[in-house]
Amino acid sequence: MSQVTMTVNGKEMSGDAEGRTLLSQFLREELDLTGTHVGCDTSQCGACVVHVNGKAIKSCTMLAMEADGASVETIEGQAEADGSLNTIQQAFQDHHGLQCGFCTPGMVMTAAALLKENPTPSEAEIRDYLEGNICRCTGYHNIVKAIMAASGQDVGAIAAE
Amino acid sequence: MLGVASEEGAAVCEYFENNERVWCAKWPASDQWEDNMPKDHGIGASPKRREDVRFLTGAGNYTDDINQRGQTFAAFARSNVANGAIRSVNTSVAEAMPGVVAVFTGEDFVDVGGNPAGWYIESRDGTPMKEPKRPVLAHGKVRHVGDAYAAVIAETLDQARDAVEAIEADIEELPAVATCAAALADGASLVHDEIETNMVFDWGWIEDNRAATDEAIKNAPHVTTLELVNNRLVPNAMEPRASIGDYNRGTGDYTLHTTSQNPHLTRLLISAFVMGIPENKLTVIAPDVGGGFGSKIYHYGEEALVLAAAKKLGRPVKWTADRSESFLTDAHGRDHVTKIELATEEDGTFIAIRTETLANVGAYLSNFATVTPTFLHGTLMAGNYTVPNVYVNLKAVLTNTAPVDAYRGAGRPEATYSIERVIDKCARELKIDPIALRRKNFIKPDQFPYTTPVALEYDIGNYDAVMDKLEEIGDLAGFAARRAESEARGKLRGLGVNSYIEACGIAPSNLVGVLGARVGLYDAATVRVNATGSLAVMVGAHSHGQGHETAFPQVVAEMLGIDEGQIEIVHGDTSKIPFGMGTYGSRSLAVCGSAVVRATEKIINKAKKIAAHMMEAAEADIELKDGTFSVAGTDKSVAWGEVALKAYVPHQFPIEDIEPGLEETAFYDPANFTYPSGAYACEVEVDPETGKVTVERFAAADDFGNVINPMIVEGQVHGGLGQGIGQALLENCIYDDDGQLLSASYMDYAMPRADDVPFYAVDHSAKTPCTHNPLGVKGCGEAGAIGSPPSVVNAVVDALQSGGHDVTHIDMPVSPSRVWAAMQK
Repeated sequence: MSQVTMTVNGKEMSGDAEGRTLLSQFLREELDLTGTHVGCDTSQCGACVVHVNGKAIKSCTMLAMEADGASVETIEGQAEADGSLNTIQQAFQDHHGLQCGFCTPGMVMTAAALLKENPTPSEAEIRDYLEGNICRCTGYHNIVKAIMAASGQDVGAIAAE
Repeated sequence: MLGVASEEGAAVCEYFENNERVWCAKWPASDQWEDNMPKDHGIGASPKRREDVRFLTGAGNYTDDINQRGQTFAAFARSNVANGAIRSVNTSVAEAMPGVVAVFTGEDFVDVGGNPAGWYIESRDGTPMKEPKRPVLAHGKVRHVGDAYAAVIAETLDQARDAVEAIEADIEELPAVATCAAALADGASLVHDEIETNMVFDWGWIEDNRAATDEAIKNAPHVTTLELVNNRLVPNAMEPRASIGDYNRGTGDYTLHTTSQNPHLTRLLISAFVMGIPENKLTVIAPDVGGGFGSKIYHYGEEALVLAAAKKLGRPVKWTADRSESFLTDAHGRDHVTKIELATEEDGTFIAIRTETLANVGAYLSNFATVTPTFLHGTLMAGNYTVPNVYVNLKAVLTNTAPVDAYRGAGRPEATYSIERVIDKCARELKIDPIALRRKNFIKPDQFPYTTPVALEYDIGNYDAVMDKLEEIGDLAGFAARRAESEARGKLRGLGVNSYIEACGIAPSNLVGVLGARVGLYDAATVRVNATGSLAVMVGAHSHGQGHETAFPQVVAEMLGIDEGQIEIVHGDTSKIPFGMGTYGSRSLAVCGSAVVRATEKIINKAKKIAAHMMEAAEADIELKDGTFSVAGTDKSVAWGEVALKAYVPHQFPIEDIEPGLEETAFYDPANFTYPSGAYACEVEVDPETGKVTVERFAAADDFGNVINPMIVEGQVHGGLGQGIGQALLENCIYDDDGQLLSASYMDYAMPRADDVPFYAVDHSAKTPCTHNPLGVKGCGEAGAIGSPPSVVNAVVDALQSGGHDVTHIDMPVSPSRVWAAMQK
């Protein structure tokens, strides 16, 4: 066991980790940040996506020790300072981009990374970027729509698709 | 005839007519109410989902998010062979490992009960179905890869997993059977030696139809025959199953947190069948649940294990599946091999349908494994059509694979796929337009209620109207131009269309009891008005994505004329809810929502009595509108909140006539199934170079009856379409001949991803409200998954034929390799 320290959502936090402890496990079990979900064992589903030093990563593919000293952003830190939903979160709610909510934290974190790289992605670019995030509930329709809306694009026509 | 539409609903309508709330069949068509009743709340509105905020901010409360003081962790030793004799299980090394507090094996559970099948089926010859015991942990034999034979409890999860590796099991591998054909072959090894066969039952529906159907097919001018496979699927809710058992040695109370679609049913199974824990000593809590799709209906052995371990240790015991365990042990879906024959006149008039199906039920009978391929499948085999003769034969077969049970649609997708594929093939053989052939044979609106030859009574529908709507929203008239454009780019383009009907709102208890159900299928709700006027509504349905916390308040708010924000939905906790049969079969709103309506009616009745007393008026003169009780023809009124307060501060209260308090419970048992229907159209492009199929357009026109929250309904359809397109193009659960699961991770099992599907065009305006429930609703959760696979395959066949390929069928998933191979013939 070693102590690992990282800045999570702007706050310095520490906990114990074995060499084999995954970042996803560390966030959930040691730091009690259970918004980051684990949906598979093979880095395929994307429910565990967080940002490490500004980059979206699947936290099940990184050891906690590798993130020692890093700056980590999780779903718990995404809302505005007053607690209201940020633009992406609000777009997911407005456009019914979630149902059971389990994949949602990863979707929101991935969408945030996408919009940082590409502020007005096309439908095809969004679908391509979500390749590593699986949702079983929505058929993706409203997730793609929400991300387009969050980027300021008019989605009025999509409803009439 | 299996169902009788009742007048019950009409009575409710009348009641509300007095309050200027006209519901049910008398509700105006949606194109009228959208103009006349513009809504930002109540029935027909799409308020944003209140549950979303917690899910979007990481504040959801899923089972694995819960940690309890003193908690230990369970990990399971699972078989890596499909069939094996357990010679010995040596746990001594594992028990001495760091952190290990207990090890359990199958021997510890030989004296507890088996996990039962919930539905009794008789074979055609009257013999009872075979019911092998399904133990908590395997004992004597392991019967599928993933079958658990031991469990370790340790201080940490990693310690528990490490110790599982140290269990020494001597398991002698035996020959396995992975398919129905192998399991029924002469000399096949037995999955359960004690029942002396791998056939659970050989079922006929309806046996009395058999001779006439055979005769009709023999004499028919045209018979279309199709052999097809309904591919085995893994439900893959994104949240893996998880359970936490706890035992309070002070009170003797057990608590189980678990990923369940129906916590009361889980409690009942554990109490009455498996462990004998009195129901009053067991609380089952299903908190936020990350999707179910059927796989979380059932009771699984891990739930019993964590409870037994918690009692033995006096500490909470937690288990969370990893995805590999989910693939190996969650109940799978579909896995039918079917031969279907459709007999017609030369002009396409349907004469008879006959099917023979082998249904793989896996190594043990999961709780609804026996009803899914029978009554949820065979009874739908007339589809949307007038076809005088229908006979279904289905053999349910045990194999050395994971149990197979209801997965989104459950039997009805299999029926729809068979019917709608054979109709498409028939249309091509007779050179009749596939839409025209369907329209020619549709049950017409004036024929309802319509009793089919396979014994359902469809209460209402208008299949031509739905097809009209599909042609409109799918712009089917524009297909030829789109095909020309695709061909100009060197691609083949196909259009596939189908109809579907499903029996939902499961189910009338009297009826299903006659058919073999061992449970009732009503649902329950309690409406509790607090002293300050806010409400808690306890519902037996469970929400794991369906949005009940938003939609159910819309109904209550509409009835009471108060703000939805005052109404809280409580679900998923057996200690808080009267009872409930849970969420599956598109039943939540149609059955539990109807219980909510009934309980709210009782609230209104009592509140009116109280209001009448407060205003010294006759009860019959009291009107409730917009949350205010008034005396007809006067300016006297009292507000909702004043009546609620009076109920709990009953000063000057007619205590001899009215009890204090304002809380009512209703159980609702439906009079019939509901019958959602629809018509779907899929347009694909096929790349002739690679065989890759892309879904270019998908349109879904559905008749769900009345709709409470259009946004949620459309979302349910989208999700079903994603799963149906996934089945048709991508997903395939494959066991090899030795029973090894080859598709056991997301590296091998192709889940639909965002770039595999298009935006969908959906519409639910061509509606015929259900005639027998108070809301006129039918259910929408399974439609997309039921209706979409045939249109995808129909479209692929259409595309290939347009390219001159003589292809009449490709089994799902219609993968590039299969399409390419078909094109080379």
